[in-house]
Amino acid sequence: MAKARKEPGLIGRKRGMAQLFGADGDAVPATVIQAGPCTVVQVKTLATDGYEAVQLGFEERAKGATKPLAGHFKRAGLAPMRVLRELRLESSEGYQVGQRLAVDLFSPGELVDVTGISKGRGFQGGIKRHGWKGGKASHGSMFHRAPGSIGASSDPSRVFPGHRLPGRMGGDRVTVSHLEVVRVLPEQNLLVVKGAVPGAPGGLVLVRRSVKLSKAQQKAQRAAKKG
Amino acid sequence: MDAISVVEAGQLKRDRGEFAPGDTVRVHVRVVEGEKERVQVFEGVVIRRRGEGARATFTVRRVSYGVGVERTFPLHSPRIEKIQVIKRGRVRRSKLYYLRERTGKAARLREQRTPRP
Repeated sequence: MAKARKEPGLIGRKRGMAQLFGADGDAVPATVIQAGPCTVVQVKTLATDGYEAVQLGFEERAKGATKPLAGHFKRAGLAPMRVLRELRLESSEGYQVGQRLAVDLFSPGELVDVTGISKGRGFQGGIKRHGWKGGKASHGSMFHRAPGSIGASSDPSRVFPGHRLPGRMGGDRVTVSHLEVVRVLPEQNLLVVKGAVPGAPGGLVLVRRSVKLSKAQQKAQRAAKKG
Repeated sequence: MDAISVVEAGQLKRDRGEFAPGDTVRVHVRVVEGEKERVQVFEGVVIRRRGEGARATFTVRRVSYGVGVERTFPLHSPRIEKIQVIKRGRVRRSKLYYLRERTGKAARLREQRTPRP
């Protein structure tokens, strides 16, 4: 279960990658995310639900909702939305149904974590999937990209559970931490972060403020402790 | 306008891009050496243009002391001061990779007679 955070985040869609030039002329790779606006559809509290969370809705729904969903939105007094995500919080106090969250939550220079579903790669071998080395391509080598040994012989006479083998790769929920917010465009609901984000353009992503400190911040903190 | 062009819009330099593959250009590049900054000139034939928006690049090829040198520049890089067109070449393809296999007389390009619109 996801650890409760201090504040929710934004649901968004990856729009693709762009390139920006820094002050020194260096090209900075950046991902453009259409983040929010999200609406609070439900507030869950310890008293009523046993835990604290908010449920966010994103994107209007062109087609009608199913009856159970329509009822859920009717109760909130909102138009049905396409995406619903529940985010656990340390405390859901201060959030009301109908409240809107937009990109102005973030400002340039801040660090965010972005969660998405990675691109599906299909059935892949061990070299691509697990980073195995593989054998020589030539010089009489007869071992190229095969998995090799997957365990001992008659003892134990079986392959240990969880052994890494070729198989389906990608399509996993992946979180990339500590991406720097480069730009925020509130009119277009766009968020520009430095670096790559999981998934294909058009894919759903979740943007949250970073909880852990970045490597540079950790270093600074250690230095401060010492000094 | 799609989201990517919105983000890249402010980066684009308007005075760039009036050249095509086959043209001979003089690229003025700002080079930072320690404290000092100076402008370096790279002159040669444009053999490729690719990409769009702020990600567009172009490649210039020149033969220096008998060695072929190719440099690829981001078209809208702030490090490029200016791009001068020296000669308009008449070519029939957009990527002039065939120039790599040619040297001397064979590597010449015919000059464009009538100016391009």
